[in-house]
Parts: sequence; structure tokens; C-alpha cells
Amino acid sequence: MPVRFEINGKPVEVDVEPRLTLADCLRHRLRLTGTHVGCEHGICGSCTVLVDGAAVRSCLILAVQAEGTSVVTVEGLSLEDGLTPLQASFRKHHALQCGFCTPGMITTAHALLTEEPDCDAERVREVLSGNLCRCTGYISIIEAVLDARAAYKNSGKRA
Amino acid sequence: MRRVNSFIGQPVPRLEDLRFVRGRGQFVDDLARPNMLHAAILRSPVAHGHIRSIDISAALKVPGVHSVITGADLGNPMPRVPMRLQPMPGFEAFGQPVMACEKVRYVGEALVMVLADSAAIAEDALGAIEVNIELLPAVWNRDVAAKNETLLFEDKGGNIAMKFRAVLGDAAASFKDAPYTRRESFSTQRHTALTMEPRGLLCEWDAQNGRLTVSGAAKVLFFNRRIIARQLGLAEHAIDMVEYDVGGSFGARGEFYPEDFLIPFAARHAGRPVKWTEDRREHLMTMNHAREASCDVEIACRRDGTIVGLRGHAFVDVGAYMRTNGAVGARNIAQFMSGPYRVPNIEIDVSLLLTNKTPVGTYRGPGRFETDFFRERLFDIVARDLGIDPVEFRRRNLVRDSEMPYTVATIAPFESKDELDSGDYQVTLDRCLAEIGWAEKAALKGKCVGGRYHGLAVSCFIEGGAAGPKESARLKLESDGTLTVYTGSSGVGQGLETAFAQIAADAMEMPMDRVNNVFHGSTAYVSDGYGSYHSRSIVMGGSAILDAATKLRAAMCGQAARRLNCGAAEVALADGRACGPDGKSVTWAELAVEPISVEGAFLNKKHTWAYGAHAAHVSVDPRTGHVQLLDYVAVENCGRMINPLTLNGQLVGAVVQGLGGAFMEQLCYDEQGQLLTGSLADYLIPTAADFPKIRGLVMESHPSPINPLGAKGAGEGGIIPVGGVMANAVADALSSLGVEPRDLPLSPSRVWQLVQDARRRRAATTTID
Repeated sequence: MPVRFEINGKPVEVDVEPRLTLADCLRHRLRLTGTHVGCEHGICGSCTVLVDGAAVRSCLILAVQAEGTSVVTVEGLSLEDGLTPLQASFRKHHALQCGFCTPGMITTAHALLTEEPDCDAERVREVLSGNLCRCTGYISIIEAVLDARAAYKNSGKRA
Repeated sequence: MRRVNSFIGQPVPRLEDLRFVRGRGQFVDDLARPNMLHAAILRSPVAHGHIRSIDISAALKVPGVHSVITGADLGNPMPRVPMRLQPMPGFEAFGQPVMACEKVRYVGEALVMVLADSAAIAEDALGAIEVNIELLPAVWNRDVAAKNETLLFEDKGGNIAMKFRAVLGDAAASFKDAPYTRRESFSTQRHTALTMEPRGLLCEWDAQNGRLTVSGAAKVLFFNRRIIARQLGLAEHAIDMVEYDVGGSFGARGEFYPEDFLIPFAARHAGRPVKWTEDRREHLMTMNHAREASCDVEIACRRDGTIVGLRGHAFVDVGAYMRTNGAVGARNIAQFMSGPYRVPNIEIDVSLLLTNKTPVGTYRGPGRFETDFFRERLFDIVARDLGIDPVEFRRRNLVRDSEMPYTVATIAPFESKDELDSGDYQVTLDRCLAEIGWAEKAALKGKCVGGRYHGLAVSCFIEGGAAGPKESARLKLESDGTLTVYTGSSGVGQGLETAFAQIAADAMEMPMDRVNNVFHGSTAYVSDGYGSYHSRSIVMGGSAILDAATKLRAAMCGQAARRLNCGAAEVALADGRACGPDGKSVTWAELAVEPISVEGAFLNKKHTWAYGAHAAHVSVDPRTGHVQLLDYVAVENCGRMINPLTLNGQLVGAVVQGLGGAFMEQLCYDEQGQLLTGSLADYLIPTAADFPKIRGLVMESHPSPINPLGAKGAGEGGIIPVGGVMANAVADALSSLGVEPRDLPLSPSRVWQLVQDARRRRAATTTID
């Protein structure tokens, strides 16, 4: 069945099986492979995307449920050249190693900082506790997100 | 080596990050090919039984199914997973068949493979397969295995796959006259590396040219190519193993698994590209497990705390088969139980027990995490018995700088000798104590503040690295004067590209941004590669790059000499130019009109030994068993540092993995051998909220004498002492109650139970008094 939504600012129509998850639709139909699938049961957070601005696990919703929404993936939070302040902060603080969980961390952190640019370390830890990382031990990720707050404060709700 | 360098030792931000933070990494499941089929694998739902029948007829009728493959289709004899490390003849009988055909021996063992137009259709078809298995009792723990009533391999007469023994000096004699001995039993639980990226493969068969391409290969690509070549009857050079981004290995990803035969076989069978990606449930039941060990150990000391002997028997649950590196953990438990300490007389036996559970392999710090827990726990118990401060007890027994190289126990039957290469273990211990504020916090030891008991602990450790025999690197000066690096080391997320670019740029005396790219892992890049395991890439791959750089510089000087009409020895290479004695010069780009490519190698038979100390401050709530980690300091000396940023990342990341093993991670089985923890809702790993305060500190004296970089393998040290440190900290906190943890993990329920048991013991004692 056809499903229409907006992906990274552009309208798209995809013909999908009703059982196709949004994650698989993004990865295998739209070839946006920055969104990663780590568990398919909503625990690891690697597949987090923004649906109408909210951080959502794309393995837990069906593509058809995205009808009429605006979906943003890590690709949509990236510039053609260079890094956004949030991405640069991840790099500066060595907040990633294998890079598999990173897109989910970036999307989740972006949603948090957009809503709460003044959040403290405890709040960052609480929100990111739904995103598993096996490499870093999280300390550097928390530092990176806290360090990126300035960019979200200065530019209102955009970074 | 150059005396002056500009990149080695600098916290250079990673080159890899530029793609990862933008979602431009390329992992194997990101790949797609035209006309591609998807594989799904039916796995045994039971732990132990005889396969009586498999009916695939209904599955074959599912629309979109291309083929259904059972063990009978895979050839006779059935290919088996071979041993990569310690490939002793005695292990051969326990090698895992790539698909079960007569018997199943663990939940998750492959039974049938379906190839279909989509992964969803392939999984639908699995549901249409009927398998009839005649159940056998499950050998699900050490006690059942030891009874030998039910055997995994009936013709072997027992469930012990093999026994090793670690020997140094004369343990029996040392115990005979010892003024103090103590015997204890400890255990560590089964857990696993749990890479965030599930395994996957995409295999393509080019029938016209008889070539196979395996994408998604990782860790040890050249070794795995040899296995596939042998099993499929192909020449090695007819197979390309291609490494894409790898979402973590920690020892487990990239070893040869049954699927590493099945998917290449399927591609050739179907004549179409075949892709397979495991789901998380498959991952938890099929990827190598680790760490399940128990140990009865006895120590002999003088009254002043000087250790004179260590002996005991460890039992390692290796699961249903001996996989590629399934013996490493057992070897390390026995050989490195003495750790960084001077133990002159050792006799440790270790039995490898077969059980109806997923086979084991290496997981970061294999055997070392376990054996350090046994040893450090024992040390604190002994120190208290003898009335010696636990820090002083360790200090007295640490191997001294002047004793290097220091020979450790030798393993029989394969005569694996080893020696510690260099280091001053007292210095890292002192630094660790200073950093955590041991002296100031000592007053809190065992104290109850606001209902929580405070505890402190410190442990010392060593980390082996740099396994031989060889690594290769190729450097290519491109026609634009830039440099491309190729290496046999493989990337598993650790930041190889950045570290190798630093090493290459320094060796070539050129800016890092003139290093185009570091290509690693894939079999096409160098003639012979060994990959990434045993913390070997920096030392082995990095030293191979140094060798290649020496050769490239010589080749460039030779080329320049012809152009400048002088001797090669008269040419100086600097600032992108080759200068002759008369001041004339040519640019590197002009030298490389035809790119200049050379291959270098580093051969090595010894190991590097990074070392250090970890300390922790905890508070424990006896009402709930909750342990809060208030502070954790990890100090490690890794010889010469290449990149402190990534090194610190390895250290802190490994500590948190270790905390998972110390507190939460456990693969549980029931008496039928069913895996009870088949999802991430059941198998818990640390989250961002669990352990907010971990401090890593890297020291840099004592470069390794065994390689030109002076580097020591790092990356595993952070996990090795964590179980021991945490258990000792909990014991210290609850010392007034007499709590002595002897088993991991220290889950809240276990700590709570220990408190209850201690109180009951106290009450009973009081009554008798």
C-alpha cells in the first residue's frame, strides 16, 4: 500500500507491505542507511529518528504509521560539507568509536537539545539511557552533548 | 625511528568520525546488490537431541522462496569450524559442524537455511519447516557435566574436552612448609561481547571467473579466507574478503562462525548474491559466549604476606563445541592467574567442560577478567587474615622493574612460555591510589553513612598484547605526492585509520592531511595479513608501517638520485621535496610519476605487557543490595602512546563493559538448556545512567623493548581488573557484616542475599556463644 510522508524535508511516496517497519523502509527502500538497526525490539535506540520532531524508534513503528508525518534522519541533520556543532562536539570529545550507535545518539540528543537547550548532565544521562553504546562507556557522549548546548541556545531551536 | 615527531602522542581527532557522525559509515547490512537473495536460518529450539526428521516441503512452496538447504546438501563430510588458536589435534572431534545433521547440542544451532527474495519471506518460510528432534537431557552446568551421565559426544566417554596445566617452580613443595595457606572457591558468570552491530554477510559468486566475494568479513580476514578456500575447494586468490565498517568486535565479531561457510556456500549454490543479517535473538544465542568459569584455588604465604605458592583447579564451561578460539580463556585463566605478582611456585589445572550451551570464544580480556577476579578477591581475604593492609600486601608481591623480563608459568600441553617485558608496577599503583584519594577516603572504609556502607578497593593487572607472528603494510606514494596506507590489520571500530595515519605521517615526515586514506583489513590490500586480536594492531600493524616507510624512503631516494644525478645516500627527503647535495630538488609528486608502492612487515614472537591499577569507591545499600559507584580510577601504562584521545576512549569504554560484567550481564539457562536471556530486555548492559564517574589515566614510561614503536597493546586492560575491584569494594563496604562475595555478577539480589546470609550466620554464632 502507498504511504506518503516527508523525509528530510522532501515529500516521498513509497509502496510498502503493511508489515514493513519504518526503519526497514528508510534503510532498504529509501536507502537512507545512516539509521541503524541494532535490536528490532526497541531497546538499543540505534534506529532513532525524528517523527514530527519527536525522537522515535523506527524499528517500533510501521512505515504506514508515518503517513502524513515529517521524518528526519541523521542524514537530514547533516550538512553537505563539514559538521554541525553537535557532530563536531561528538568528534571533539571522542564520543564514538565503532560508530554504529552514533546516528541514534545524534538524533536523540538533537531532539533533547532542541526542546531543552539548558538541560543538565543528569537530564542528558536520563534521556540517553535509552540508547545503548558498547564502546565508549558514555562519559564522552554526555560531555559532547553538554558541550553542544551552546549552539542550540544561540540559534533558538535550530543547530 | 625518528627522534622528533609531531603526530604520535597527540590527541588527534579521528578521521573516521567524519563519516560516522553524519550517518555515512558503511556497514554490511547497508549494502544491496541487484538480484540479491536473503538468507534466514532455522535454529534448534532445544538444547540436546537427535534429529529424527526435517520436512521442508511446505517451505519450498512459499512464494518467493528460492531454495531450502539442509545439512544433507552441504557435502560429506560436513565442514566444521576449525580452531584458529591452540589448534591441537585433541580438539578436532569437538569442532562445530556448520549445520547440525544428526544431533543438536545447543539452542540456536543451525538446522536449515532458506534463501528467498526478501528477509521477511525467508523468515516466513522458516515457520513452515517441521523438525522432529528426540530430546536428550541437557548438560546445563558444571555439576551435570562432571557427572558424565549425559554426554555431548557419546564416543568420547566424558564431557571434558581437554585439560591444561600451568606450572612454575614446585607448588607442592612450597605448600609443604608454608606457615599460612588458604583455600577458596570463586566463579564468574557466562556473558558476551554484545557488539552493537549484529553480524552480517553479503556473498557474491562470479561463476564465469570462479570468484567469490565475501563482504562483511572482519577481524581475521586472511585466516578466514584460508578456511573458506579449503571448505569450498577454491584457491585462496579466488576469494576476496572485503571489510566494511565494523560495529565492534571485542574479540567476538569476525571469528569464523558456521554462517561464514553457509552464506558463501549459498551464493555459489544460488548463483546470485546472498545477504544475511542476524537479529538480536540470533546474536545472543549464536555469537560466542564467554567468561563462565569457576575455580578452587589455594594460596601459600609467609606471615609477612610474601606469596610462596598458588595452586588450584579451574573449570571453564566452553559450551557445546570448540570454536576457533574457544581455548584461549581457559589458557589465560591458568597461565595468568599470577598477574603482575611474583608467585614463584604455581600449579593450576584447568578443565574445559562441554555443555549444551552456545560455544565460547574470546571476549576482551579473555580469561584475564575471570582470573583477576579470582586472584584479587583471594588477596583481600588473605590480607585480612594476616592483618596486612591490602595495598601493602600487593606492593610486597608486585614484580619489580629490576626483575624484567619476568618469566610466568608455562602451559602444558602446548608449552606456551611467556615473559613480562617491562614496567614499574609500583608506580601505576601509587598513581592510582593518589588519584582516587585513597589516604583521605580510607576513613570511610566500612563506614555506614546515611544507610549506605562505603567501601574502597584497588587491584593491579597486566594486559597482554601484540600477538605474532606477523603483520604487513603497504605504502604507496601517489602521483600527486600524497600517501596511501594499506594494512593487514583490521578495523573493528577502534580508530585504526587515525592512529595509522599518525604513524605513517611521522615516519614519512609529512603532514597528516597528505595521507589520503588508510585502507585496512580486506585481503586485496596486502599479500598477507593477520588482523586485529590480542591488542595487536598498533604494535604489529604500526611497526609494519614503519618498515614500509623505511623502504619507501629508500625507493624515493633511489628514484631521486637518478633524477638529480647523485647517490641515493646523498638525497634528503623533506617538506615534500627530495633534495640533492647541490641544492637541486624534485617534488614527491615528480618522483612518483608512476606511483611508488612498497610492502613492509613486522615479525614478532614476543608479547607486550601493558599494566596498571584500578581503584573504586562504592556505597552499598544493605536493604536493597544496590551498589553505587561513587568514583572509579583506571591507570594504565601502555608504553609509547600513539593517540591519547583514542587510548583513553578504549580505557574508559572497557571499564564500563567490565562494570556490566561485574554487576548486570548474565546469560542465563534453565535446566533444559533453554537460553532465558534472548533479548536486550533480559540481557542488561550498562546504560548512560548507570556509571557516571569513571576516570581514565594513561602513563607513558617504559616503552616496550620488543617493537620499534615502543608501543604496547592496549584496549583490553580497562576490563581486566573490574570484577575483582568491584567485588573487593563491596566486601570492604560490608566488612562489618562479614560479607565475602565469591561469585559474579554482583546483582542487587545477590548482594542482598549475601547480606541476609551474613546476618543469619552472625545470629547463629551469637546464639551459640
